[in-house]
Amino acid sequence: MSSLTTTEARQAASAQRKKRITAFMFVVPLLVFILLTFVAPIASMLWRSVHHPTVAELIPHTLEALKDWDGKAVPDQHTLQIFAVELNGLAKERLSGKLAEEFNRAYTGMSSVVKSTARKVAKLKGDDLRDKGAQTLLDANPKWQRTDLWYAIQRAGEKYTYDYYLTALDLELKPDTGIQVREETQIYLQLYSKTLTMALVITLLCAALGYPLSYYLAGLSENRANLLLVLVLLPFWTSLLVRTTAWIALLQTNGVINSFLMGVGLTNEPFEMLYTSFATVVAMTHILLPFMILPLYSVMRGIDPSYMRAALSLGDKPIPAFAKIYLPMTLPGLSAGALLVFIISVGYYITPALVGGTDGQMISNIIAFHMQRSNNWELAAALGSLLLALILLLYWLYDRFVGASNIKLG
Amino acid sequence: MTKAPAYFGFWYRLGSWLLKSTSWLVLFFLIMPILVIIPLSFNTEPFFSFTKGMLTFQPEAYSLRWYSAIFSDPKWILAIQNSFFIGICATIIATALGTCAAVGLARDDMPARRLITALLLSPMIVPLIITAAGMFFFYSDLGLAGNYLGVILAHAALGTPFVIITVTATLAGFDYSLVRAGLNLGARPVRVFWDIIMPLIRPGVISGALFAFITSFDEVVVILFMAGPQQRTIPRQMFSGLREQINPSILAIATLLIILSIIMLVTIELLRRRSARLRGVEA
Repeated sequence: MSSLTTTEARQAASAQRKKRITAFMFVVPLLVFILLTFVAPIASMLWRSVHHPTVAELIPHTLEALKDWDGKAVPDQHTLQIFAVELNGLAKERLSGKLAEEFNRAYTGMSSVVKSTARKVAKLKGDDLRDKGAQTLLDANPKWQRTDLWYAIQRAGEKYTYDYYLTALDLELKPDTGIQVREETQIYLQLYSKTLTMALVITLLCAALGYPLSYYLAGLSENRANLLLVLVLLPFWTSLLVRTTAWIALLQTNGVINSFLMGVGLTNEPFEMLYTSFATVVAMTHILLPFMILPLYSVMRGIDPSYMRAALSLGDKPIPAFAKIYLPMTLPGLSAGALLVFIISVGYYITPALVGGTDGQMISNIIAFHMQRSNNWELAAALGSLLLALILLLYWLYDRFVGASNIKLG
Repeated sequence: MTKAPAYFGFWYRLGSWLLKSTSWLVLFFLIMPILVIIPLSFNTEPFFSFTKGMLTFQPEAYSLRWYSAIFSDPKWILAIQNSFFIGICATIIATALGTCAAVGLARDDMPARRLITALLLSPMIVPLIITAAGMFFFYSDLGLAGNYLGVILAHAALGTPFVIITVTATLAGFDYSLVRAGLNLGARPVRVFWDIIMPLIRPGVISGALFAFITSFDEVVVILFMAGPQQRTIPRQMFSGLREQINPSILAIATLLIILSIIMLVTIELLRRRSARLRGVEA
């Protein structure tokens, strides 16, 4: 066999490259579209979680003066003076409320202090402001004499910060001790662990309910199984809001389940089921169960029943035979379903928001709260980035063990 | 399940009886909540539960009151129009881009396939709350929040993974010699695409489009964050209804949505069978 000449090799390589480019050109439009409409927004969220220039823009001169501050005592008169002038300016432009909100985030309880001080400083005019500004500030509230407050202000003035990640992990940075567990309210780690626990419970429930049903369906004739699968697919295709509505109708105090229980005399008092974590778990199990059943069923369909029959006829007991032979063969379907259910439930928002009450809220709900109510977008972005990191880790696992392109629908 | 062999007696029969009853209970759990909604939507009273009259089948306990309430409320009518308008626009974009990309991804000489596939499928995996938060920041800066264009682009992005998955599935085992034959006989690439590739993958394209449509039709988190009052859709209207004033018009719209999902389910199943038949002929 003669080897290729250089020209031939080059031609082959260029033909190969051309083919690769052609294939890639098909993907380019969608790739660009997804990068612009989906990846860029998420990148902007990540950026926002570390980039927060608001304070730096509101009080640039104070922060400049604070650069020379040793951090041991109250900043000098000169710095306080500059701050008083800037606060005066902000009060006139009606921006002191914004500063109050920012300071409150950095140092709890500062909202009212900033607002009342701003009112007092705003009354000073001309020379008065320059001479008495610092004193007015210190007289307005004793908190202005606290060094840890000025430390917090200095940190809030940084344009780039990882403080929101510290908050999201229930940590804080102290001038003397460094990073430590937050002394005041610790809510986020607890909420993350609650979210993960609930997702785990939902996944286990889906597996416990989905496994026997899939096994049963896999043992039926193809036609009969397809008929019964409609009962699985119909909920799968039904709007999420419809299914959540159904659970509200079922679980509420004078709802269908309570009326039934009281009607047949099982109980005299209605159970309080709606607006609890129980309601979240039940409704989400119902919503996500098809994601478990469909991959499990398709794996079980492909298992030859003669393996089990062989084990049984060779004298193994049914339960050990099941554990040693059947269960291992269904693991691909089980892990695919379980990972899918877990991934979806960790990031769930709508159902907990509607049926969960305060007790059944998950991490998504607190992100929505910071987006819509408390307007702490940076903290929402940091919490969201942590959730995203968790999901991507799970997605990576899914891709490794199941293969992202093996996701099947319907 | 295979028939109980002779060498198993009582315990085997008990086991299979338990399996059967558990399975039927799970099926009941799956379907019952959906079936409960339908009769409740004909309630005469403004309640979410069965009245005495309904349980004793009194004709006057049932009415179409909540259905007429929906179709006489401009808010619901706007929501219905919005849902279809946004859904259809998003579906067209998602289907066109997704089909084209799936054709590329299915080719053997696609570079970095695994990475690109993972990236293109990610809108399906990333939690909606994160997508919605990111889009809110980004689209507001571009002036795309609170208008139709922003919502349509967002929903199109969310729908594309489903198109890629369904079209890729129909392209599995695609015979590329058909394409080469077409090109050899002098057809231009565009003609080859429409006359050879498209007829074979059409079932996948249509079911992908249906998935993309239902994704948009059912989506509420992005709408909650990004849409203005003019872009309220059916799920958005249901969400605020469930939060603020619960009344059975939500059940009436839910019943209509259940009928829609039955239609979708039947269509998808017919398409799946057709696709299997088409590829069966090709093999």
